[in-house]
Amino acid sequence: MAKTVNLKIDGIDVSVEQGTTVLDAAKKLNIHIPTLCYHEDLCVAGNCRVCVVEQEGAKNLVASCAMPASEGMIIHTNTHKVRNARRHVVELLLSEHNADCTKCYKNTKCELQNLASEMVITEPMFIDLVPFKEYKIDKQSPSIIKDDSKCIRCQRCVRTCHELQHVSALGVAYKGDHMKISTFFENPMYDVVCTNCGQCVNRCPTGALIEKNYIDQVWDAIYDPNKHVIVQTAPATRIALGEDLGMEPGSIVTGKMAASLRRLGFDSVLDTDFTADLTIMEEGTELLTRLKKALVDKDQSIKLPMFTSCSPGWIKFIEHLYPEYLDNLSTCKSPQQMFGALAKTYYAQKKGIDPATIVSVSIMPCTAKKFEAARPEMRDSGFQDVDLGITTRELAVMIKQAGIEFESLSDEKFDSIMGESTGAAVIFGATGGVMEAALRTAYELVTGREVPFKNLNITAVRGMEGVREASVKLENVLPAWSFLEGVELKTAVAHGLTNAHQIMEAIKKGEANYHFVEVMGCPGGCIGGGGQPIPTTPEIRRKRAEAIYREDEGMKIRKSHENPEVIQIYKEFLGEPLGHKSHELLHTHYHPRKRV
Amino acid sequence: MPEIKELVKQLADKHGRNRESLLPILQGIISEERYISDFAMTEVARELDMSAALVYGTATFYSFLDTEPRGKYVIRLCRTITCDMKGKKQILRTIEDLLKIEIGETTKDKKFTLLETNCLGWCHKGPAMLINDDAYTELTPEKVSEIIGDYMKNR
Repeated sequence: MAKTVNLKIDGIDVSVEQGTTVLDAAKKLNIHIPTLCYHEDLCVAGNCRVCVVEQEGAKNLVASCAMPASEGMIIHTNTHKVRNARRHVVELLLSEHNADCTKCYKNTKCELQNLASEMVITEPMFIDLVPFKEYKIDKQSPSIIKDDSKCIRCQRCVRTCHELQHVSALGVAYKGDHMKISTFFENPMYDVVCTNCGQCVNRCPTGALIEKNYIDQVWDAIYDPNKHVIVQTAPATRIALGEDLGMEPGSIVTGKMAASLRRLGFDSVLDTDFTADLTIMEEGTELLTRLKKALVDKDQSIKLPMFTSCSPGWIKFIEHLYPEYLDNLSTCKSPQQMFGALAKTYYAQKKGIDPATIVSVSIMPCTAKKFEAARPEMRDSGFQDVDLGITTRELAVMIKQAGIEFESLSDEKFDSIMGESTGAAVIFGATGGVMEAALRTAYELVTGREVPFKNLNITAVRGMEGVREASVKLENVLPAWSFLEGVELKTAVAHGLTNAHQIMEAIKKGEANYHFVEVMGCPGGCIGGGGQPIPTTPEIRRKRAEAIYREDEGMKIRKSHENPEVIQIYKEFLGEPLGHKSHELLHTHYHPRKRV
Repeated sequence: MPEIKELVKQLADKHGRNRESLLPILQGIISEERYISDFAMTEVARELDMSAALVYGTATFYSFLDTEPRGKYVIRLCRTITCDMKGKKQILRTIEDLLKIEIGETTKDKKFTLLETNCLGWCHKGPAMLINDDAYTELTPEKVSEIIGDYMKNR
């Protein structure tokens, strides 16, 4: 057992495990110490100094986020000296911060604004230096806006990009008062190794890094009487949207979301979960086909392991950093893009709508989906397949703008067709979910039996471990799949690109011989996506994941191949998985990008 | 640019390919090239398998790691208070007259770049300047004309 230390904070005795910081020890006593650069997901930086406290016997104030508690320590968190120091810290930050709050996207959601409000800084004592600075605003990326005039250089974004994502598109450049958060040579985010994952956006305490919002464009489309506006909602939105509308993390709001979308004025309220099921059909078949070509035909050109291709952050990561593995990616488009391609073909035909009048909107937990929607590869319907991608957060803003009392809405269902889905689709939102959904279908396809796990819950691929491995032995297979008899299907799951990097290095070194690897670009999978409600912490992501699996358990159908609308679309339109039509609309290829 | 590629590779062979190898490699590029181009930085990033933004961050942090093209001889005149009080301004004017450039600029023939620097530690013998790695102290307008003249003629 770890050693405990005893200390006194504001006159109250507290015992904590050795190594605990003063900040965490204070939390235990429900004493709130303000923080800015500190973030639960990241290593301690200790650079903003807003969390300073007074330690008896120490000459200077200490940063509580970085100071480990020690035996006999006496800490004061609310002395005159402490409060003055914190106030000066915030005032100095404000002197270099474009504090035009009413014109800021993060207005009322800004941690710096909250602190300034708490400290009642109405008459700042320092000169406003903003007019003397040549701050840059980078709006070129379709996903993320970087506004240096709002930046307080806490470096949460830098640590996020490095520690969680192994990308380091953002770094710290120059020094002293010239120090800034910068990409390589201050190039636009659009033109560097950035994967558009938006994890920096999730952690930026101010409005320096925000998603590019398309709220007005969506309203314009809705108000245009000549447009038929279709909306699709990603799996992870339905367990997180409530957080931005006054509900607790982990609230399932699928029905309320569908109801609110209808009230906002969307003409067809449909579900990305439908194409998540379709992805399983295509990707599962692709995996089995690859296995056959590799194991039976000994085709050397077939690349294994096969990687999932649902996460656009992960796709761009591969394009930049592992282009030699592009052929390992499943050729399946992501569910968003499959949906887009089908909305302006299959859906338009079935409903008798001119596809040229369709505006296809997606609600995503993701900022990279905006980039994905704008990719030149994604025009197989003859139009841009998805016109506008907005985040869970942007939808929450629209719901508020429309004056909808979200919590009191009654549950409604998605429209049909392309609104039906299964439990296998909703778990796409959590790390391990695509793998689990794929195994539920592939195993049954090959053996004719359900996966040998209680209640279809493949717990080995669930959880928040960075990299998880699972293998399934295929026995007593159906005659058509006899080449798989006795094969142990080896799979791995990673979430967050640092973990993806770890898997890629293992594969590169020949230390791993997986058949199928699922990667989601964000910590926790899409539930922790860059477009999800802020804040994000391990605890919040855990609650969201639990909600996803609850939603799955509550579904009548829990295997993608049993989705009646999926069966219908193959019968009426697509023919068969990996068939001609599927290839045309649902599959794609990606291309290498430069390494910087 | 293949020379730079080769240079970076040689430097990495010599200093290693860890994070701590970054600074000596960048210094090595400076002593060969006088500045670190964006291409050189991407090569370093590739060779060390690290992000180019991090290389850029390190390069821009250190004043002596120039990221813009520099002349063959980089003059760095001390700008701190002691040298200033001992007549740095006259020295600066003399150099500017001689080379027809201002601070931050490079001569057309790419031979000289004129920069200011923070304290060189020669306060007791100011005004002081560096030309590449050589320090010149107790400068007077006459003395600095002679030194620069020598570089112009003989090097």
